[in-house]
Amino acid sequence: MTRSAIELVPTEQDRRIARFATAAILLSLAEAAIPLPLPGVKPGLGNIVVLIVLWRWGWREAAWVALLRVFAASLLLGQFLAPGFFLSLAGALTSLAALAPTAHLPRRFFGPVSASLVAAFAHIGGQLLLARLWLVPHDGVFALSPIFGAAALVFGLVNGLVAARLLRELNDPAPV
Amino acid sequence: MKLAARDWLQLILPGDWLFLVLAALCVALLALRFWSPDRPDRAEVRAGGRLVASLPLDAARIFEVPGPLGVTRIEIAPGRARVLSDPGPRQYCVRQGWLSRNGAVAICAPNQVSLSLAGRTAAYDSLGY
Repeated sequence: MTRSAIELVPTEQDRRIARFATAAILLSLAEAAIPLPLPGVKPGLGNIVVLIVLWRWGWREAAWVALLRVFAASLLLGQFLAPGFFLSLAGALTSLAALAPTAHLPRRFFGPVSASLVAAFAHIGGQLLLARLWLVPHDGVFALSPIFGAAALVFGLVNGLVAARLLRELNDPAPV
Repeated sequence: MKLAARDWLQLILPGDWLFLVLAALCVALLALRFWSPDRPDRAEVRAGGRLVASLPLDAARIFEVPGPLGVTRIEIAPGRARVLSDPGPRQYCVRQGWLSRNGAVAICAPNQVSLSLAGRTAAYDSLGY
């Protein structure tokens, strides 16, 4: 067998991104199996992984994980290029944009819960905006915004708490 | 691995509380903005196509409008209005009862009188009949 002339050597960072993206994709898939009363209201468990990556390795790697998750999860669910995919992508992009400044807040006072809330609200904001501009060109879509906002509040808090908890476990593993 | 509620609370830093309050405020504002019903605040009475009165819906009163057949009496109560009596033959506008939604209309066609409720925003651009 001839050796390929081009050899791609994955760096440690590549492996890390792949590992965390896998975890995020799995959480997205698991979440797709949960029946939910309203389309669009989802816990967004994959975002826990994005938050952990953001906290430990910075925004660039978090962006990789978040976007890989959107693409891979939609491919696996057969949603790629369907409206749901674009809504996910819009949500992921706006929440990443909102997380960029949030990540610079002093960590003494602002924990993962802050980041999670900001990300959750940016996520629904981006989705609603895209839905208004493209899918439902009528202000009626905003009638759902209080429900999405309440979901973002609850799931943002819960995801943030889980991320904070996991980060604490990662930093100083307590004896179980 | 069990964590008490106190341990979870510890994970919320002071700044996080700030964001939590802001988020809750945001949801409340959204609900107020998009869910508050657009209540009518005045009753518009037309006779022969002309607006003859725009009555605020905050106090009870009875308003009389003359038409070709006779006098149509309109009753205003806080938040609602109705046609109390009309000389028309079929009484459609009277039997419609109390109107309380923005944009609601009762038309007494024979006597050329109409009663409609209006609020901050118009519920319809125009009505054709």
